[in-house]
Amino acid sequence: MLLSSLIALGLLALAFGLALGYAAIRFKVEGDPLVDQVDAILPQTQCGQCGYPGCRPYAEAIANGDDINKCPPGGESTIKELAELMGVEAKPLDAAHGEDAAPKVAYIREDECIGCTKCIQACPVDAIVGAAKQMHTVITDACTGCDLCVEPCPVDCIDMVTVNPTTASWQWDFNQTPRGDIPVKVIS
Amino acid sequence: MPYDFEQIVERIDQQKFWTFPGGVHPDGRKHLSNQTAINPLPLPKQLVIPVKQHIGTAGVCLVSVGDKVLKGQTLTSSPTPFSVPVHAPTSGLVSAIEERTTAHPSGLPELCVVIEADGNDTWTELKPVADYQQQTKSSLINAICEAGIAGMGGAGFPTHIKSTARKKVEFLIINGVECEPYITADDRLMREFAWQIRKGIDILSHLIEPKVVIIAIEDNKPEAFKAMQQVCNDTSSIRVVQIPTKYPAGGEKQLIQVLTGREVPRTGLPADIGVMMFNVGTCYAIADAILHGKPLIQRVVTVTGEAVQKPQNMWALIGTPIEHLLSQAQYQLKKQKAPAVIMGGPMMGFTLPSVEVPVVKTTNCLLVPAKQELNLNQRELACIRCSACADACPVSLLPQQMYWHSKAMELDKAEEYNLFDCIECGACAYVCPSEIPLVHYYRKAKAQIRIQRDDKDKAEKSKQRFEARKARLEKEKQEREAKHKKAAAARKQASQPGTGEEGGAKDKVAAALARAKAKKAEQAQATESPASASPQPDDNKAKVAAAIARAKAKKAQQAEAPAADPQGSVEDERKAKVAAAVARAKAKKAAQQTNQDESAHARDAAPAEDERKAKVAAAVARAKAKKASQSGQPTETTAQADDDSDNREAQRKAKIAAAVAKAKAKKQAQADEQAESEPQATEHAQVEPTEEDSPEAQRKAKIAAAVTKAKAKKQAQAAEQAESEPQATEHASAQSAEEDSPEAQRKAKIAAAVAKAKAKKQAQAAEQAESKPQATEHAPAQPAQEEDSAEAQRKAKIAAAVARAKAKKAQREAQHSGSEDNE
Repeated sequence: MLLSSLIALGLLALAFGLALGYAAIRFKVEGDPLVDQVDAILPQTQCGQCGYPGCRPYAEAIANGDDINKCPPGGESTIKELAELMGVEAKPLDAAHGEDAAPKVAYIREDECIGCTKCIQACPVDAIVGAAKQMHTVITDACTGCDLCVEPCPVDCIDMVTVNPTTASWQWDFNQTPRGDIPVKVIS
Repeated sequence: MPYDFEQIVERIDQQKFWTFPGGVHPDGRKHLSNQTAINPLPLPKQLVIPVKQHIGTAGVCLVSVGDKVLKGQTLTSSPTPFSVPVHAPTSGLVSAIEERTTAHPSGLPELCVVIEADGNDTWTELKPVADYQQQTKSSLINAICEAGIAGMGGAGFPTHIKSTARKKVEFLIINGVECEPYITADDRLMREFAWQIRKGIDILSHLIEPKVVIIAIEDNKPEAFKAMQQVCNDTSSIRVVQIPTKYPAGGEKQLIQVLTGREVPRTGLPADIGVMMFNVGTCYAIADAILHGKPLIQRVVTVTGEAVQKPQNMWALIGTPIEHLLSQAQYQLKKQKAPAVIMGGPMMGFTLPSVEVPVVKTTNCLLVPAKQELNLNQRELACIRCSACADACPVSLLPQQMYWHSKAMELDKAEEYNLFDCIECGACAYVCPSEIPLVHYYRKAKAQIRIQRDDKDKAEKSKQRFEARKARLEKEKQEREAKHKKAAAARKQASQPGTGEEGGAKDKVAAALARAKAKKAEQAQATESPASASPQPDDNKAKVAAAIARAKAKKAQQAEAPAADPQGSVEDERKAKVAAAVARAKAKKAAQQTNQDESAHARDAAPAEDERKAKVAAAVARAKAKKASQSGQPTETTAQADDDSDNREAQRKAKIAAAVAKAKAKKQAQADEQAESEPQATEHAQVEPTEEDSPEAQRKAKIAAAVTKAKAKKQAQAAEQAESEPQATEHASAQSAEEDSPEAQRKAKIAAAVAKAKAKKQAQAAEQAESKPQATEHAPAQPAQEEDSAEAQRKAKIAAAVARAKAKKAQREAQHSGSEDNE
């Protein structure tokens, strides 16, 4: 009785062991899925404000235990999501890496541009077009507002312009009085 | 499909309908405004036409400020299909194209064309489509698009897009339900213009070829029903039906459900279930466009509510300010607690940010409620979970669940409860005993979710671009390495078959000799060239010379950096001179063709090539100036922060700036020796441009100068601060400030002069300016002489930018050195 149960358990253990061993080979995961998940949460501005050269390196650092509050463009919502994913406490944004500012885009004052291409080289997302000795301009839709092009400009002709809300990006703000109020009820 | 076509038609013929879940029965109050005929509105003085009045993309303005436009003239066009143009609603003058507050709850400004009416109301040439049945469908659809017709029921969906659907349509439903309280615009339109609506329906059925046309009218509008029946009794393919009054039966999906029993899939369109729907107002506009060639420039607007004396319907031109309509209806402000005008009905409308906003294509109603008419100030109480909202919801959602999650900003959960299927009809809020503005929460949550989605999309795109760039850089690096390797291999191969080691060494020696020779020769040239005043014959040589001079300057600077203050400044001067010389050499090479006369008028527009060279020269000079000030400043300021050194520093900077400016200005002139000797000879480089007659050029130069001056002033102030700080410990800071202020002024002036001198580059005054380096401290810089060519302007701009950048950098350094002193 004892023997048979031992044999049965042993066989079961063997069978599961084999199954697991096979599964480990068959369903091997390349890379670190956690890094991908973290990377998907980060805003992909590639601004380097976190101290890493881009969003993916920071995602890798987070996966290896770095703080989750170093991303100013992502702001509170990103920290919240990261905290949820990593199972850690959400903490306020680390001010050492910059403030959570309104979204901005770079703007080149085109008649002052001397066509040095320095900003083009600095742009992490190829959002600046132009050629040597030709005027450059920013593709506003592709600009992440990372600020990296401002410093290299020799004639300081790049401004970071705050993106004003449009009617498309505007949100109902109920703290603001009657504006946007929806009257709903008819007194009958 | 639960019911097939025949069954549905049979039911409709028996006046039997389906129903949608929920719904409410608010007091209609339509009698207020539906008693009188649609009144024409007197022409307003000014019309504001928003460029985008539909769902989709905005067009590009075709007119500019000052243009005269005729009534019906197209104002915008767009290459994308998801767009309709807007038209001038009357003849007049385009007085502005600017951002104005439009009919959006946010009150955010949007681009508008402002037209001052001339009162003549002159039509542009109208192009009606003759005999539309003979035309191709695409040309008709094009005509509809050109007329700027967007759905007039409220959403503003471009009609031409809707009518081009390829799917087979069984039911063409004409929506005359108008279920929202107060609104009677469609009601009056059907009563008075039934025949034209019928024509529009004919055009649409020609385009869409439905099996049957159904005109649906709520049973609270018997007159409209009768009128439509009369104009449609000649054909059996059009059925006019009366449906029971229930809000929101006029919603597209609800009306389809009522008439056909079919439900539009949540991600689909009505066309997916063989239905297409148009508003009666849209039909009217289509008839206008095709039969009369008139674009959509007016619409019926109901102005109602108890705070207006004469509630009525009006024909309002698109772009008419709301004010104008209100005054016509005799708006009585005192009947309201606070001025509030609602665009749309009481259930789905929104309070307008101002009464100056214009009527747009989707404006069907202006509701001006009196004090006790509408419950505007809702006291929101806690949700008691009564589920009345769920019973009222026409889309069978769970409003209270969505409310909880929306309020807590748990957006994903709100989405799980199908928040995006909410049609924002307001039925839930209408029945809520706690007076919770439920739709508010849904709208807010929806906007938030949309923004988050956009952000995610953008992040994804940025990531792709970033990765593409990384891959590209990597590839380029590898290619470069491969090339280097190849080149190295080639060199090795070339050296091996020769005399081996010895030959290689010989080659090297020879090369070194040649280099040294070239250097000597060019050195001579470089030093001579400024003095000789003769144009360089060879571009290449000049370039090489410049490069060498540059290298030398750098070396000298490096060696002299730690040198003592007075010496340092002298050497700095020399460096600046070298820089100037280099710049000059370059500039001269570009100016070979110009005459030798010192005061010659080099007025010919310089070729683009010369400009470019001048730019390069300026850039070189700039780099030098930067370096000189970088190395010079710290040593000076740390050594001695007295007035004298301030002066020297300022002089040096000024001289460098002047040199740069001069190099540019003299591109086509000579007098280089003078320029060179000038900084040495004079203490205060003062450029004194001569006057010129072209006021335009003067103005531009002045602007450039002013900008530069302001910047230079700022810099001077910063420098002053930085320098006065160490003094302040010993002397009264007031004194140092006083001492510095002339200096600051001087700096500003010099900078201004630099800008001006640049602007003058084609004028003969450059030499004069140099030969007259006065010590006058407060001599005002006179307006620059300049040719009013675009080229000169551009150069002036470049000069201004350079001066600005320099000023900024100098300021930064000054601050830096100041803080060093403090430490």
